[in-house]
Amino acid sequence: MPLHRFANPGRFMRLADRLLPWTGGLAVLAIGIGLVLGLFVAPPDYQQGESVRIMYVHVPAAWMALFVYTCIAVASAVSLIWRHPLADLAAKASSPVGAAFTFLALVTGSLWGKPMWGTWWVWDARLTSVLVLFFLYLGHMALMTAFEDPARGRKAAAVLALVGFVNVPIIKFSVDWWNTLHQPSSVLRLDGPSIHPDMLWPLLAMAVGFKLYYVLLLLIRIKSELIEARLRALGRAAMTSAPAPAPVAQ
Amino acid sequence: MVGAALSLAGRDLRLALRQRSDAGTVVLFFVLVASLFPLAIGPAPNVLLRIAPGVIWVTALLAVLLSLERLFLADFEDGSLELLTLAPTPLSLLVLAKCLAHWLTTGLPVILAAPVIAVLYGLEADAFAPLIGAMLLGSPSLSLIGAIGAALTLGARRGGVLVPLLVLPLYVPVLIFGVLAVDAALAGLPARPHLLLLGALLLAALPLAPIAAAAALRQAVE
Repeated sequence: MPLHRFANPGRFMRLADRLLPWTGGLAVLAIGIGLVLGLFVAPPDYQQGESVRIMYVHVPAAWMALFVYTCIAVASAVSLIWRHPLADLAAKASSPVGAAFTFLALVTGSLWGKPMWGTWWVWDARLTSVLVLFFLYLGHMALMTAFEDPARGRKAAAVLALVGFVNVPIIKFSVDWWNTLHQPSSVLRLDGPSIHPDMLWPLLAMAVGFKLYYVLLLLIRIKSELIEARLRALGRAAMTSAPAPAPVAQ
Repeated sequence: MVGAALSLAGRDLRLALRQRSDAGTVVLFFVLVASLFPLAIGPAPNVLLRIAPGVIWVTALLAVLLSLERLFLADFEDGSLELLTLAPTPLSLLVLAKCLAHWLTTGLPVILAAPVIAVLYGLEADAFAPLIGAMLLGSPSLSLIGAIGAALTLGARRGGVLVPLLVLPLYVPVLIFGVLAVDAALAGLPARPHLLLLGALLLAALPLAPIAAAAALRQAVE
């Protein structure tokens, strides 16, 4: 199992330290390019005007919401099947990030919806299923910390993540299955993207930037989890090996 | 194998029948909460008719949610859950048996009480059959999905608060199609497509939910 080469925390730490500056730098670069292209270079939409620029944050954030949940589900499956120790930590480190991206997608969508649809919120299939996804993230985070034994919390959360994964295809295809207010997909289509390249490039740059930012956060958070675990182990070792405290003179 | 599962379901049923209060409380909760809405919203018949399917479904959802805790908790606390995980019968089959007993003592009484609420809300007679049909197809899914949440939170610090957070998002599809079936009947449209979707949800939950719940139970007794 080649995956187990990375089960060694020391090897993971060395790899993470080497990757961190690169992912950080590239994330800043991609998001910077995406923002400049999206906010200044890309033309305003002929119908939506300038408010189409919200899309350069909204669409990548919504993609990330699904992508991070998929990552959590895969990590949970790996941890349940192969008991891979880092998969647990990856799932734990991912869910707050995914919840933040989902929240960002909901908020930016709402801000865009007010001028365009005339309402902050509609209960259509896409919006409702993303809201459910947000609650699934919150449940995942709550279950993770609900037990005295952190290992039990991580395993329970892994089962929940796999159960909740049924929602991901529902979100992806909700705009095709139900005739809703939310527009259908215009980038990931079988007949090629239906949006103009001037708008596609900033979108893709932002999407790559968001992904790299997620990888960056994931590496940092897994690292800190490992350091915390090591500190706890050191603390326990110090407690058991320390000499009994001298009796205090009355 | 099936015999062991059925005897477990029989045991749960006997336990529930001897402590009659349990199943009775769920129905009482259902009727009580459903009768709060006319008091809060006002007794205008057209408004009540409009909200009736939603109120009945949401209240049924909450009633089932209320009863989920007792699905595994007693067995977890007195240790019989550990014996069940060690039994030669597959644990998922035993979970299915417990879900069956749970549905018979909560889902079924709620369904029997639903026509009463429907009459109180002035629901038309042609909407009764879709309502009962949708609840018959939907409520077993509620027990099955709820079993996952109940199993995951065994031994958790805030189990009672956690179960709704985990289970309610997963109940959303059942709620949507259940209400749509009744709404369609009220609008004179066929309820069949929504009933078929509810049936599909049940057919997916029937084999998959016990597997997930069994995995969660094994972690709980580890």
